[in-house]
Amino acid sequence: MQYTKNERWLLTAALAGSFSLGLAATAGAMHIMEGYLPVGHCLLWGAVCLPFLAWGLIAIKRIVARHRKAVLLLAMMGAYAFVLSALKIPSALGMSSSHPTGTGLGAVLFGAPVMAVLGIIVLLFQAVLLAHGGLTTLGANTFSMAIAGPFVSWGAYALLKRCRVSQPVSVGIACALGDLFTYVVTSLQLGFAHPSEVGGVGASIAEFMGIFAVTQIPLAVVEGILSAVVFLLLQSFAKPELREIGMLQEVR
Amino acid sequence: MNKKTVITILVLLLICVGIAAYPLLLPSDSDFGGADGKAEEAILAIDPGYEPWAESPIELPGGETESLLFCLQAVIGAVVIGFGFGYLVARKKYNRQAAE
Repeated sequence: MQYTKNERWLLTAALAGSFSLGLAATAGAMHIMEGYLPVGHCLLWGAVCLPFLAWGLIAIKRIVARHRKAVLLLAMMGAYAFVLSALKIPSALGMSSSHPTGTGLGAVLFGAPVMAVLGIIVLLFQAVLLAHGGLTTLGANTFSMAIAGPFVSWGAYALLKRCRVSQPVSVGIACALGDLFTYVVTSLQLGFAHPSEVGGVGASIAEFMGIFAVTQIPLAVVEGILSAVVFLLLQSFAKPELREIGMLQEVR
Repeated sequence: MNKKTVITILVLLLICVGIAAYPLLLPSDSDFGGADGKAEEAILAIDPGYEPWAESPIELPGGETESLLFCLQAVIGAVVIGFGFGYLVARKKYNRQAAE
């Protein structure tokens, strides 16, 4: 892939920023303050996110430049994440509420990097205006919801496509898996940050999995189904756009 | 969009409603609080001496304001999606008319 001068600059800056945050994290880890996530963890997850955000910005820029037609679709994918992550749905497993992520569909259509940027916009909105999530945990949340989940959806879709599973079904399964994986990552992040005195990191991870991942299972199914529905609608009404981004498979 | 697709979509949406509504019908005294709240409790159980070191930049007065803002988030998204589909559906319709 050829990068322009500006793009190279952006990537270098992101990597440099990531590296220096990483250094700060090791330094900060010496006196860990108390919090939802220790400062070191916050900085570390933030550092991990930066290169992905730069990658995402470049990807978006390219879509806008080369696939003008598909920009409406891209905006709709961001909006889809906005809507789904505002829906707090009760779950029979865990008897608590959580919300879907909505980042899988965009990842399947436009590639996972794009969702790093769209996802962080959603998370910023929630952290600043809704007191949901947080600015200090923005890095960790971005990694789980806007990077890890979308990459799983992207990969799962590619795999299912290779197995000749029909497109809407692949989209549904891929989005459900990405949704679930987001909360698996959240559990891992919390487990590493708050190791249990008795069982250590493992016991904590199991504990948080029980809260987040189990609650999420029905919601992941809902997200998968909704994403498949939106994809079916797009197949009917947005053929030119899907063709533009190489997502149009003629139904045999 | 053919009839089969329409029925498939309606059935799928019904299943979603079912999954979301089913827990409410279960006999239980759960208030379906957020999973993040449960996680806070779990952190406190693991590490009782812990105190959050940062607070949210804004302090919402109460549940009503929070639900307003969540609603706003959904509205913003829904407007964009609605605009998009409105555009796409009308385009398809008028393209077909123009072709005839």
